[in-house]
Amino acid sequence: MPLNRKYIPIVVTILLFIVMFTAGSFRYTGFFSLQVLMNLLVDNAFLLITAVGMSFVILSGGIDLSVGSVIALSTMVSASLVQQQGWPPAVVIPIVLLMGAVFGTAMGAIIHYFSIQPFIVTLAGMFLARGLCYVISIDTITIDNTFYTAMAQTRIPLPGGSFLSISAVIAILVVAAAIFTAHYTRFGRNVYALGGSEQSALLMGLPVARTKVLVYTLSGLCSALAGVVFTFYMLSGYGLHAVGFELDTIAAVVIGGTLLTGGVGYVLGTFFGVLIQGVIQTIISFEGTLSSWWTKIVIGLLLFIFILLQRVLSSRRLTLKE
Amino acid sequence: MSSIMKHHLFWPLCVLAALLLFNLCYSPDFFSITVHDGHLYGSLIDILNFGAPLILVAIGMTLVVATKGIDLSVGSIVAISGAIACLSISRAADQNSLGLILTSVLLAAGLSLMLGAWNGLLVSGAGIQPIIATLILMVAGRGIAQLITGGQIITVTSTKYAFIGSGSLAALPFSIFVVALVLVIALLLTRRTALGLFIESVGCNPAASRMSGIRAHLVILSVYVFCGLCAGIAGLLLSSNVSSADGNNAGLWYELDAILAVVIGGTSLNGGRFYLTGTVIGALIIQTLTTTIYMIGVPPEITLVVKACVVLAVCLIQSDTFRAAVAARWKSRHYPAEKEMSRHAS
Repeated sequence: MPLNRKYIPIVVTILLFIVMFTAGSFRYTGFFSLQVLMNLLVDNAFLLITAVGMSFVILSGGIDLSVGSVIALSTMVSASLVQQQGWPPAVVIPIVLLMGAVFGTAMGAIIHYFSIQPFIVTLAGMFLARGLCYVISIDTITIDNTFYTAMAQTRIPLPGGSFLSISAVIAILVVAAAIFTAHYTRFGRNVYALGGSEQSALLMGLPVARTKVLVYTLSGLCSALAGVVFTFYMLSGYGLHAVGFELDTIAAVVIGGTLLTGGVGYVLGTFFGVLIQGVIQTIISFEGTLSSWWTKIVIGLLLFIFILLQRVLSSRRLTLKE
Repeated sequence: MSSIMKHHLFWPLCVLAALLLFNLCYSPDFFSITVHDGHLYGSLIDILNFGAPLILVAIGMTLVVATKGIDLSVGSIVAISGAIACLSISRAADQNSLGLILTSVLLAAGLSLMLGAWNGLLVSGAGIQPIIATLILMVAGRGIAQLITGGQIITVTSTKYAFIGSGSLAALPFSIFVVALVLVIALLLTRRTALGLFIESVGCNPAASRMSGIRAHLVILSVYVFCGLCAGIAGLLLSSNVSSADGNNAGLWYELDAILAVVIGGTSLNGGRFYLTGTVIGALIIQTLTTTIYMIGVPPEITLVVKACVVLAVCLIQSDTFRAAVAARWKSRHYPAEKEMSRHAS
């Protein structure tokens, strides 16, 4: 049975991941282990969570440039409330999540009700969140709260002697919830419909306004959650955390096979897009002689290949329709 | 009066004037210009000098935005151009030879032309959305710049190279003349030839323009090439001003500032119409804002919050829906029939 055309990008992504991981295993001793695989999740938990939120935004045909800044703001607010004000983490974390969600809702509302391009609105959001970080403090705030250090150091043992961090488990849960939301709920179908054609979605009587605003709310919430996880990872709040992160996120979504025009793609693809970025970084660290900027160049190249692939596939689909 | 208010430069100029007025009240020596060793010094000169790279990038960006595109890679091109020029100078034995400087500058300009062409080919040839097509170079470009500099900051000790960014000609910073030259060329090409019309036409509707005989692909390609070149020259100005190239931080956030300048200048992101002078004023507003914030003694980081508010305000003013909503609040009386009539009439 021939492969359905719409599955080609995601299959290519998964194959690419397997090929890269296999190639690494053959080239470097100690690469082929469950722990290296688990570390991809442990080290990229925050990227995964953000990318899940971004997937929904891009599926709906928008873009969110504010994610990196919202992460930084979350780390900053957490650190300042926990460390400087002495609030308990059980209060701080919900506040941070709420803040992210409200931030996203506000941007979504401006995008929809004043019909301004998402690019510009989220750009303003990016400036705003980054600036608010500095209003709180321009220095790094180190966190030594016992709850945060416990979250950072707890290892969940897995069979085979490997382990996962709590952050990685949160990330996996988020991915699972997102896959369910995208493919098995009304909201998910609305997002796909909106990304396919806003006009048609409106004519079909779908709640376009609600869906659009909710998508940005979700992205804000995911970014804030990623910020919380990032705080566990770094144990500090700093205004320069996660600079340029929005691009890594968009790259992960695109490498995962989601069409940037909206309407086509899978959350699972994003999952593998993040893993591919993780593998590139792992290979570079195993190589030792390659420097970190190769990551950017390779990711740029992959972006190029995937965008071209999508272009070819979508143009073929168009010709088929004709 | 209303015709003045409708002019596209009215609001940008008002904002700029308000900023300058605020500075005048806040610190009287803002406008003082002193002559020292035959060079002019003062806040106004600083704004022009430090704003020069931004103005250049924004000029290129204006034409790209006019074709309904966007170029996210300008910041990376700025970094690459500075890196390659500094690398080629630092490798030479005699860093002050004129031939070397010219070769390096041409090398950097040539490379940025090629990078612009790459963007243009992706957009016009492969038909990829501009924001995505230029995202590739934005991500990879910074990696390339770091590759060129080896992750270090390359420092050069060439007084001739430093002249480009910090030298002065006729008592004014040399960079101002570079900007003026590029601006005049762009203005002449777009307003004295049909090129500007072609660009606007392609921005409105590429398919219709092609059918009416405009080579839409070529227009789009050349616009990106020009934008790349502008970013490259801006990279030269920036790196020569500090006599060093930093692949990591040179030109960081330039794409955003440039887009902001374009939008403040009255060019809509929907394409089809552009104002080069508006962009220059937009860039000056951003630079004056930054300088003002530094001068008041507010932590410079808060610039970002102010910028965010400015972006939002400008976009809201540009949004028809928002203006309509505000106008509806201003009007106290409603005559449904009259409204209906005007709706049909328009």
